[in-house]
Amino acid sequence: MKKIIVYFTAIFVMTAVHTLAAPEVNEIVKKANNASYYQGDDGKAKVIMTITDRQGRKRIREFIILRKDKTDGGDQFYYVYFKKPSDVRKMVFMVWKHPGKDDDRWLYLPSMDLVKRISASDKRTSFAGSDFFYEDVSGRSIDEDSHKLVEETGQYYILNSIPKNLETVEFASYKIWIDKKSHLPVKAEYLNKSGKKYRTVEALDIKNVQNLPTVIRSRVTNYESGSVTVLEFKDIRYNLGLKANIFTERYLRRAPGVARR
Amino acid sequence: MNKKIKNPKPINLLAIIILMCMLSTSLFGQLPFELHGFGEAGIGGRIADDPEEERTSLLEGRFQVDVSREFDIAEFRLRADLLYDHVADSYEIVIEEGKGFIDLREANITFYPMELIDIKFGRQILTWGTGDMIFINDLFPKDWQSFFIGRDHEYLKAPSDGLRTSFFFDLINIDMVYIPNFDSDRFINGERISYWNNTLREISGQNAVTVADRPDKWFYDYEFALRIYKNIDSIELALYGYNGFWKSPNGMDRVNGLAIFPELNVIGASARGNILKGIGNFESGYYYSSDDNGGGNPFIRNSELRLLWGYERELLKELTLGIQYYLEHMLHYNTYKNNSLPGIPIKDENRHLLTLRITRMALNQNLKLSLFIFCSPSDKDIYLRPNSNYKVTDSLAVELGGNIFHGSHDYTFFGQFTNNDNFYVKAKYGF
Repeated sequence: MKKIIVYFTAIFVMTAVHTLAAPEVNEIVKKANNASYYQGDDGKAKVIMTITDRQGRKRIREFIILRKDKTDGGDQFYYVYFKKPSDVRKMVFMVWKHPGKDDDRWLYLPSMDLVKRISASDKRTSFAGSDFFYEDVSGRSIDEDSHKLVEETGQYYILNSIPKNLETVEFASYKIWIDKKSHLPVKAEYLNKSGKKYRTVEALDIKNVQNLPTVIRSRVTNYESGSVTVLEFKDIRYNLGLKANIFTERYLRRAPGVARR
Repeated sequence: MNKKIKNPKPINLLAIIILMCMLSTSLFGQLPFELHGFGEAGIGGRIADDPEEERTSLLEGRFQVDVSREFDIAEFRLRADLLYDHVADSYEIVIEEGKGFIDLREANITFYPMELIDIKFGRQILTWGTGDMIFINDLFPKDWQSFFIGRDHEYLKAPSDGLRTSFFFDLINIDMVYIPNFDSDRFINGERISYWNNTLREISGQNAVTVADRPDKWFYDYEFALRIYKNIDSIELALYGYNGFWKSPNGMDRVNGLAIFPELNVIGASARGNILKGIGNFESGYYYSSDDNGGGNPFIRNSELRLLWGYERELLKELTLGIQYYLEHMLHYNTYKNNSLPGIPIKDENRHLLTLRITRMALNQNLKLSLFIFCSPSDKDIYLRPNSNYKVTDSLAVELGGNIFHGSHDYTFFGQFTNNDNFYVKAKYGF
């Protein structure tokens, strides 16, 4: 599915240090964003999320994630149907993502048949208790950081990114490795405000699914808390022809077949 | 309600619940349908003695079985609680009221006959509207008893027996609910929570359990609820209608003295959307108490206008704050006042209620601390719901919470419950 790892944005034109042949940094970032979050017109995956804390205690979440794009790089819809653990079974989390403005988010609690609207202000809050943030799952708007190409190797573009608004995030900067061939970001290292690396997001395994390069295993390590989260993506499919009405209240109350199976 | 004889062997029931727990764990995974559920034990007590109620407010073991099977055009679901409730006076099963050792939460079939229509038939939990623990246009039954003694908040919603038909058009969506036989709230009747009794003019409990005359003629005492809704961009708009009865007793039969559920018609509207980095909502409802349309009958509750504004926002990481202002405005206040009965406290024209919800998540969201406060400056009463829930593992959760009431008068909505302050602990194992 549109993978998970990624951060980028690029708007600042590369500095003159780089060769004229190198693509502009905003092009790299745009392609990385599309490869990570907008692969195909829609997508589906079964996700197994394993959270391991400092003491080695494991928590496992299992969910189906559906995604449909309105426009590449623009608005899109997410539908997350939880299967495990039992206390969140049949719960649904739905997002209408609007890059550049607040997302719309809903949570459906099946035991009360309650459709709850949830506020979208802090996208850097843990997703389902894991080390992934909401923003890691649905993507960080590519206009929120200033990017700079700091190194280019045979395989990677290495970018350094600085948030335009420091107040809204917990990091001071991050460094990101983007695979030249697949355009997928394969690693991101976050530095905190005292310049120390405290968080890493990595793609552990990438495969072609329907000829589209796709992260099938990824990991977030939080060096401050000692917690690690691994995501495994299974049964990945693109271009299923998901109908737009799946991402409405109707299907919060009764999950569509494609999310249940 | 008359007192019933206690089941002499509640221990047997507990044994059955434990056995079911063990059995289901071993069976799970080999069945032609999905089987899930949980086992839960809880104990709670009053902080101070209540002259009319037992010191124990909660002592129960609960085992929920949730069975479902999905087909291409339909889905079947059965969800039932087997309950050992030590505080209850009887184990006699009354399915309609959720009494006894089976509380049938859901037993329904959902059909998808056409692209445009979903139909759900049978016992189901129904919820709509925008309030947080405040309901204006959601006139589906509530279980206030469970709410005040510390059961999981999902038990605030009691099931309805009926037919829900939903239509999905390009322009609008329509939900219609038909309940052929009135489903009342599981209201506070004095059995386990003491309350203000208007006839005795004092706080009463097991000494004066409310005896109610519930409308119960099939297809005659029906309820009908309607919602028409639409999203404009990301703003959710809805119109509502209801034809049925006040959900809790809101009147008295002056001949036999029984509590009654007068007829009620409601129309309302709501809106909800993103605003100021949070979620804002507005809801209104006009409650037309048709058995007392002039407002002059002191035995039947007056018509009202109800309004609600709410706002919720994540203030800091893992810290969410929600506030609401709610108004109940009596519509024929002067007529009501001129016709009120001597000795019965006169209500205010406006009941103002403020709520505050603070939720803090910690330890990778395994610990949830929350406090919900209801406070009425006009009634001069307050209700606090502190709660902490810790997920020890993915299957096991422990919970500690309380219900604290305080009021200047014995007859206000929360003030009447002052003898029911309680704390509880629970453990829940899900599978």
